[in-house]
Amino acid sequence: MATTSQKTAESKINSYRTGPDEKGFFGLFGGRFVAETLMPLILDLEQAYQDANADPEFHAALSYLHTHYSGRPSPLYLAERMTEALGGAKIYFKRDELNHTGSHKINNCLGQILLARRMGKTRIIAETGAGQHGVAVATVCAKFDMPCEIYMGATDIERQAPNVARMKLLGASLNPVTSGAGTLKDAMNEALRDWVTNVHDTYYIIGTAAGPHPYPMLVRDFQSIIGREVREQIMAAEGRLPDALVACIGGGSNAIGLFHPFLDDKDVAIYGVEAAGHGLDVENGHAASMNGGTPGVLHGNRTYLLQNGDGQILEGHSISAGLDYPGVGPEHSWLKDIGRVTYVSATDKDALDALQFCTKMEGIIPALEPAHALSYVRKLAPKMARDQIIVMNLCGRGDKDLFTVAKALGMKI
Amino acid sequence: MKQETRIDRRFRALKAEGRAALVTFVTAGDPDLETSRQILFGLPGAGADIIELGMPFSDPMADGPAIQASSLRALQAGHDMHKTLAMVAEFRQRDTDTPIVLMGYYNPIYVYPGKKFLDDAVKAGVDGLIVVDLPPEADDELCLPAMERGLNFIRLATPTTDAKRLPAVLSNTSGFVYYVSITGITGSAAPDVNSVQKQVARIRQSTKLPVAVGFGVRTATQAREIAAGADGVVVGSALVTAIKDSLGPKGDATGKTVSGVLDLVKSLAVALRS
Repeated sequence: MATTSQKTAESKINSYRTGPDEKGFFGLFGGRFVAETLMPLILDLEQAYQDANADPEFHAALSYLHTHYSGRPSPLYLAERMTEALGGAKIYFKRDELNHTGSHKINNCLGQILLARRMGKTRIIAETGAGQHGVAVATVCAKFDMPCEIYMGATDIERQAPNVARMKLLGASLNPVTSGAGTLKDAMNEALRDWVTNVHDTYYIIGTAAGPHPYPMLVRDFQSIIGREVREQIMAAEGRLPDALVACIGGGSNAIGLFHPFLDDKDVAIYGVEAAGHGLDVENGHAASMNGGTPGVLHGNRTYLLQNGDGQILEGHSISAGLDYPGVGPEHSWLKDIGRVTYVSATDKDALDALQFCTKMEGIIPALEPAHALSYVRKLAPKMARDQIIVMNLCGRGDKDLFTVAKALGMKI
Repeated sequence: MKQETRIDRRFRALKAEGRAALVTFVTAGDPDLETSRQILFGLPGAGADIIELGMPFSDPMADGPAIQASSLRALQAGHDMHKTLAMVAEFRQRDTDTPIVLMGYYNPIYVYPGKKFLDDAVKAGVDGLIVVDLPPEADDELCLPAMERGLNFIRLATPTTDAKRLPAVLSNTSGFVYYVSITGITGSAAPDVNSVQKQVARIRQSTKLPVAVGFGVRTATQAREIAAGADGVVVGSALVTAIKDSLGPKGDATGKTVSGVLDLVKSLAVALRS
């Protein structure tokens, strides 16, 4: 529920789609909090992105790759049995798990590798949590014949073995990160250290809509193809816009990609679902930075963070490696504060239940990340009328999570 | 900044002496509060001219393994920002001349919160701040309020700071300019002395502020070579490595911890005076 003050703030805004400002801020959030060594590069990147954006050839090249390489547009699928079972709103899945490499991550990587090539960079680095982004980066590096270094937490390497094998097959060199808890935040620290060291020839493909400006903006723009397609597809299918959008939030790239084209459609309710892990009341037992964190500065931007009172960052926890990050993209922090998007959460158990529900109802095994979104759809749909419409971003497929899920459910494989 | 600060005075005195400043970095609270106090209190006597005191942070993105580990040791021993400021306050009662610069990352300052941190830092006797992830574009966050309170805000210039970028870096910088001698993290490969001297000369054409050089300076010989072309030399990773090397099997301080660090500082101080 929006409070009175949030409503007042909301009514003063003509558009929610104009950010960030020239310094990279979405209200209080965002910015460029990086070491001086990186500043010239980040300013260059901003310029290069502006130039690319104004160049029809860049868009044509990206569009060609979407169509012929990753298989866009991804379908918008009416989940009939699930709709029937929940007895409320019609449920549509945006099938971004059908993209080449199995998730929405390829949308961003194709855009950024084209940008890296325009900038004359010859080496690519990236961080990865679940490995979906790492696989997508390794894929575009193979395609464009560029050397690729992936930083991945040692803990994540263990729980995401299939993606580790894929990255290796694709020719990426994988650097296990043992500092901290060996998860996504530590991988990002290590990637930043590599970047500071090799700034002259290296392009850093950040995988989520976070990091220093202009990353949150450019990742959002590359992912917004999700929401733009949904607008067209739902108009074709239903002749009107949906009543609600739902997506999971780790860093929040799939979510901002779905949400952004709809932010100014006031009648579309928007829900982001964070990972509540063992529960929001369990200290350091969840990864819900907006529902259980406070504003701070990490990895180049100000945003909601999981942290203690001394400003030390907590590791957080989620069964989903892709959501196991103590921060969130700054635009989400802003959308939360102004009340445009409602951020809720789902626990590990909620997500596991939803994963099984979807698998049995629709014959689709979702990744653990969108299973969090699904869990909220299960709560939301029955409360809505049968002529209303929900679109949920099914942003990744579950193959990578089979071991984790089997272990959690006590299955032997 | 109009009024002369403790840092300005120290550089002026050293200039008269005709030598470069030895700037030493240790992390506050490493490996534990009591040992860290003893190290801090012993630094001026061992020959440190300016003390950089690291504010521990869980995610030190610009630091190499040595300083990352020192930050972690301090945090595991229960250190926090209040204890860092209390250490400085205690130091200041014993020593009114040696400048102390707090160095670290923005988040622990931001959540303190920032303005209160600045007030408490001034009260404790802090002279300057180096905040790695606050570039000039973010001056209104902390740099300008710090200057209003008479604190020096010291900026890092790097090999990527070209002629176009340098004026932005130098604006609102005071106390000294910290030249990062390599593109990379702290404690990396040793910098090339000739190229460092060229870069320092380049920076000096644009500012009257003293220039101190750091990142990768480990030995007395290196320190002496770098000092020949600069106003100060910063040694950090080598000192925190000395702390690490002195620790017992369980990671606790031993009888050699304080003396190990201070002996290394003494040898560096001798090198800069020879």
